Amino acid sequence: MRERRARQERARAREFEAFVAGAGGRLLHAATLLTAEPPGAAPGAQRLLVGALAHTCADWTRLRGEDPYDHTRQELAARFAHTAWRYRRSRGGLLGILSPQERLVLVLRLYEGVAEEQTAAGLGLPVERVRALCSRAMAAMLSRGAAPLPSALREAEGAL
Amino acid sequence: MKLPDRKEAEVRRLLEAPVLPLPPDLAERALVLGARLVRRRRLLHLAVCVLLVAVLLGLGVWALTAEPWSTPPPATSPTRGW
Repeated sequence: MRERRARQERARAREFEAFVAGAGGRLLHAATLLTAEPPGAAPGAQRLLVGALAHTCADWTRLRGEDPYDHTRQELAARFAHTAWRYRRSRGGLLGILSPQERLVLVLRLYEGVAEEQTAAGLGLPVERVRALCSRAMAAMLSRGAAPLPSALREAEGAL
Repeated sequence: MKLPDRKEAEVRRLLEAPVLPLPPDLAERALVLGARLVRRRRLLHLAVCVLLVAVLLGLGVWALTAEPWSTPPPATSPTRGW
């Protein structure tokens, strides 16, 4: 009995490790975009992702056909939304000029390709608000892309 | 291509990046945390079950000793003159 349980446990751990090896890179990039940290050094994003993955791992046997990737992404988004005040300041990442909420909507909608309605339901916002946040974030990113601010100027802006 | 679509595609391109190698201990950390989460859940479940059983047992014992159904109905004032 105990042996069977241990064997099941090991099989579960192997499955979970294979899932992390496959999906972890993309999820870590999404988390790094959210926390606005530079891609190579993102302890905050790693912490967020490990927490979300732990949740998926704990629910592994109860997923019953639900995609573990979707489950982890939802958990990641919820965790980020919950602790967004920590990530208000940019740490030099790509989406640093956006507010945490704009980052979250942009990453879910455009990087992860989640539908508008589903994003709205997941964040508990009206669809119009999601649309407005997304277009504002897109406009900010594109105007930044057209004329990239020198880092010194950006820092001066941050100090104001 | 419509203008909003082109804009979306452009932002998508900005967000895409080559996937960096994962930190080697990421899955391990998640597994350890996940196991702790499972343990904590199991403990909470057990605590709730024990509490429920204790409450039911207490209720049963009280009912058997006090037998609240066997007390006679309280006396009311007699009806007179009707």
